[in-house]
Amino acid sequence: MSKDIRIKKGLDIKLIGAAEKSTINSSQSSIYAVKPEDFHGIIPKLIAKEGALVEAGEALFHSKSDARILFPSPVSGTVVEVVRGARRKVLSVKITADAIQQYKDFGTKEADAMSGEEVKDFLCTAGCWPFIKQRPYDVVANPNQVPKSIFISAYASAPLAADLEYVLAGREAELQAAITAVSKLTKGTVHVSVGAEANSPLANLVGAEIHKVSGPHPSGNVGTQIAHIDPINKGEVVWIITPQDLLVIGELFLTGKLNLKRTVALTGSQFSSPQYVTAIAGAAIADVTANNLKDDNTRIISGNVLSGKEVKVAEFLGYYDNQITAIPEGDDYEFFGWNKPIFNKISTSRALTFSWLSPNKKYDLNTNTNGEHRAFVVTGSYEEVFPLDIYPMQLLKAFMYKDLDEMEALGGYEVAPEDFALTEFVCVSKQPHQKIIREGLDLMREELG
Amino acid sequence: MSVKDNLHNLKEKYKGTKMAPAFNAIHTFLYLPNEVTHGGTHIKAADDLKRTMNIVIVALIPCLIFGMFNAGYQHYAAIDGSLRTDVLANFFTFDNLWIGIIKVLPLVIVSYGVGLLVEFIFAVIKGHEVEEGYLVTGMLVPLIVPVDTPLWMLSVAVVFGVIIGKEVFGGTGMNILNPALTIRAFLFFAYPTWMSGDKVWVYDAVNMSEADAISGETMLGYYAKASQDLTIKGTNGAADLVTTYGDRANELYSTFDKFMGFIPGSVGETSTFLILIGAAILIFTKIASWRIILSAFVGAAVMGLIFNQVVAADIITESSKFYGLMSTVWWEHLTIGGLAFGAVFMATDPVTGSQTNKGKWIYGFLIGFISIMIRVFNPAYPEGVFLAILLMNVFAPTIDHYVVQGNIKKRLNRTKVKTA
Repeated sequence: MSKDIRIKKGLDIKLIGAAEKSTINSSQSSIYAVKPEDFHGIIPKLIAKEGALVEAGEALFHSKSDARILFPSPVSGTVVEVVRGARRKVLSVKITADAIQQYKDFGTKEADAMSGEEVKDFLCTAGCWPFIKQRPYDVVANPNQVPKSIFISAYASAPLAADLEYVLAGREAELQAAITAVSKLTKGTVHVSVGAEANSPLANLVGAEIHKVSGPHPSGNVGTQIAHIDPINKGEVVWIITPQDLLVIGELFLTGKLNLKRTVALTGSQFSSPQYVTAIAGAAIADVTANNLKDDNTRIISGNVLSGKEVKVAEFLGYYDNQITAIPEGDDYEFFGWNKPIFNKISTSRALTFSWLSPNKKYDLNTNTNGEHRAFVVTGSYEEVFPLDIYPMQLLKAFMYKDLDEMEALGGYEVAPEDFALTEFVCVSKQPHQKIIREGLDLMREELG
Repeated sequence: MSVKDNLHNLKEKYKGTKMAPAFNAIHTFLYLPNEVTHGGTHIKAADDLKRTMNIVIVALIPCLIFGMFNAGYQHYAAIDGSLRTDVLANFFTFDNLWIGIIKVLPLVIVSYGVGLLVEFIFAVIKGHEVEEGYLVTGMLVPLIVPVDTPLWMLSVAVVFGVIIGKEVFGGTGMNILNPALTIRAFLFFAYPTWMSGDKVWVYDAVNMSEADAISGETMLGYYAKASQDLTIKGTNGAADLVTTYGDRANELYSTFDKFMGFIPGSVGETSTFLILIGAAILIFTKIASWRIILSAFVGAAVMGLIFNQVVAADIITESSKFYGLMSTVWWEHLTIGGLAFGAVFMATDPVTGSQTNKGKWIYGFLIGFISIMIRVFNPAYPEGVFLAILLMNVFAPTIDHYVVQGNIKKRLNRTKVKTA
C-alpha cells in the first residue's frame, strides 16, 4: 500500500543558478582521488600500495571493521600517492588515470535468480557496498544486519538539487535491475519516493512501493520520508540508497562493470553557465568545473549549500556527490547589517526582513553567517521548518550534553545531520546543528552500537 | 583607509586579548561581522540575535514615548484636576514631554548604562562575547518601575538583577528568571514602602498636599479599596468631598482613559492600546509567541470571570477586603495594572518561558490566571503579574518536561506495538 507524503513544515530555499537541462562531458582528469572521510565512520585499511596498478572497480582499501566492505578505484591507472594526515590517518588515495580505461570484469548477473546472500556478496566484491547506507547513525551499512526496509528518495528538494527526472531519464533498465537486486537484501519493503508532480523514471518500477512526495524541503530528505512511512524504532535498521547509486548497481548487474561515471549538476550563481556535466566520482574539481567558474572569492561546495562539503579547486569530487555548488563568499562587513531592512536575504521571520513578500524570488546568498554564535535563545522557529515528530531544540541540547538516555528517547535513532540542515539555516543563535548531530550520533554508535 | 578597514585592523589587533569582547561588542554594533560559515550549512538566514532583540525594542518605543508624556500629564493633572476633562488636548504637550525627559529618560539611561557596564565587565572577565539580551532588558526596566524611582535604587536593582538573574547562570540564554522582572522584584521587596502606596506613581507626588496627591493612586489601588470611604479635603475653603475609592476612580478615569493609558502607573505599562500595537508587531514579525500572549489574556479573563461569579453568588460581600478587585468586571482587569505589558513583553521571553508549543499554551494561561489571583488576594500590593511570571518562569521547565515526555512516550509505544 503506497502512502503519499505531504508535508507543510519546511522551507524551500530558492537560489540563483539552477542547472540548465543540458549535459556536457567533462574531460577526463589526470588524477582521481578517493577520500575515506567521504565514508563516515569507516577506518580504512589499504589494499593497494603506492605504485600499484589498478583497474576501475578494483579495491583500494577495505573497512577495518569488516574486510568485506571494499572501496574501489573509480578509474584504472596507477596509485600515485596515499596522502596521510596526523597520526598517519589516510586522507586520500590518488590514482593517475590511464588514457584508455580498463574495467575489472565482475561478470553479469541475473538478480532475479539470486538469493539475498549472493546479492550481498556480489555487491561487496564489486565495491558497491559503500552505496548502501544505514539509519540510524547515517553511516555505511553493516552487511551483518538485516534492514527492516530500504528507502530510496528519488525526489530532490534541497536547494538547487540536480533534477533527478532529467538525470535518470532513459535509465529504467539499470534502475529496475538494481531494485530487483536490493529487494533481496530485506524481508521488508523497498520504498521509493518520487515527486508528486514529476514524471520520474522510477515511478513504474516493479518490486518497490512507490510513494508520491509533495511539500517544501526537506520533503525530499530520506529521513523525512522514513519518518512518515515507517519510522525507525530502537533496535531497527533501515538502509538507504540514492538513485544515482542505484544506476551504478544496476549497470554492474547488467554489464559486470563498475562504472562510477555520473551526471553532476553544476549549480549556483558563481557558475557562468550552470548545467550538467558527466564526471567520474573522485574527479578533480578543476576539470569538472573547467571554464565555467567565476573564481573571484568563490565558495565551492561538493554537494548542496545546506549539507555539502567545502572544497577547493585543487580538490576532488565527493564519492557520493552529484552536485557542485558555487556561491560567493561573504567575508565582508555590512554597515548596520543587524538592524537595517533586508531585501536580499532569506528569512523565516519578518523582523525587518522582507523575503516573505516575494516567496518565488530567487536569491544570491553568500556564505556570511549574518550574525554571531550565541546560546540558544529563540524558541519555536526550528519547529516551523522541521517536519519530524521530534522536539528539535530539546534533541540538540541532549546531544550537546551527551545524555545517552535522552538522546535515545528523544528520537536520536531517527535523525541524520542533514535533517537538521534547515534548523541550522534558520538558527538565530547560529549554532552548528549538523555538527552537534553528527558528533552525537557518533557517540551513540560507539556507546549503544 | 575607511572606517571599515580601520576597525577590521583594530579587531585583528585585539584578537585574543581580554578587551576583545568589549571591542567586538561595539564593532558588531556598527558592522555585521565578516564571519563566514564553516562545517554545517554554507548559507544562513538573515536573522541574528541582535535583529531579534532590536524588533522587541522597536515594539517598546511607542510605550516609552507615551510613558514620557504620561509622566508629565499625571504630574500636572494631580496639581490641576481640571486637565482631566479634556485629556486629548492636554496630553501631548511639550510641558508633559519635558517632565518625561527629565524623569523618564534618566531611568532609561541609568538602566542601560549600569546594566551594560555589568555585562561588559562580565564579558571581559569570562571571555565571552557581550550578548544581546540586555538590549531588551535595559528597555523593559525603566518601563516597569514607578516614575519617581530614585536612580541609585534603580542602579542597585539593575546590578543585582543582571548578576543574580542572569550572569551567574552563564548569561543570555541560560537564565531561569526573567532579568527585568528580577530587577523589578528586587525593587519591590528591598524597598517596599517606597515601591507601593499612592505616592510613587506620579512625579513629585511626595511633595504635594494631601488633597492633590491622593489621585496618585493607581487603578489597582483604587479598586482594592473600592468600597472604603474616601474624604478629600476641600481646597480654598470648599466643602470636603466624601465618596468611596471606587466611585472616585470611576469619576476620574473613564474606560477609554484606562484602555488608552491616561492613568497613573509604572512608566510604560499604562497604555493597553499601545501594548497591543507592540504585540501586533511582535506577532507579525514572529518574534514573540502569539500562543503565550493569547493564552495569558484568556487565563486572566477566566480568573476574572470566576471572581465575578463568586461575587455574583454573594459568597464574598462588600465587607470583605477582597470585594473591590473581585467585583471588578473581568475585561477591566485586562486593561489595568501591568497585566497586558507583562503578557506581551515579559511572559514571551523565550529563554525563561516554555519552549514547546504545547507548553506555551499552558504557561501563558497560568500566567494570566495567577496574575489576577495574586492581584485580588494581595490587596496591599495589588500588582500580581510580575510575581505570576516569575513563578511560571520557575515552572516552565517542568511544563516542558511533561510535554516532551508525551513525545517520548509516543515513541516508546511505537516500539511496544511492534514487539507485542
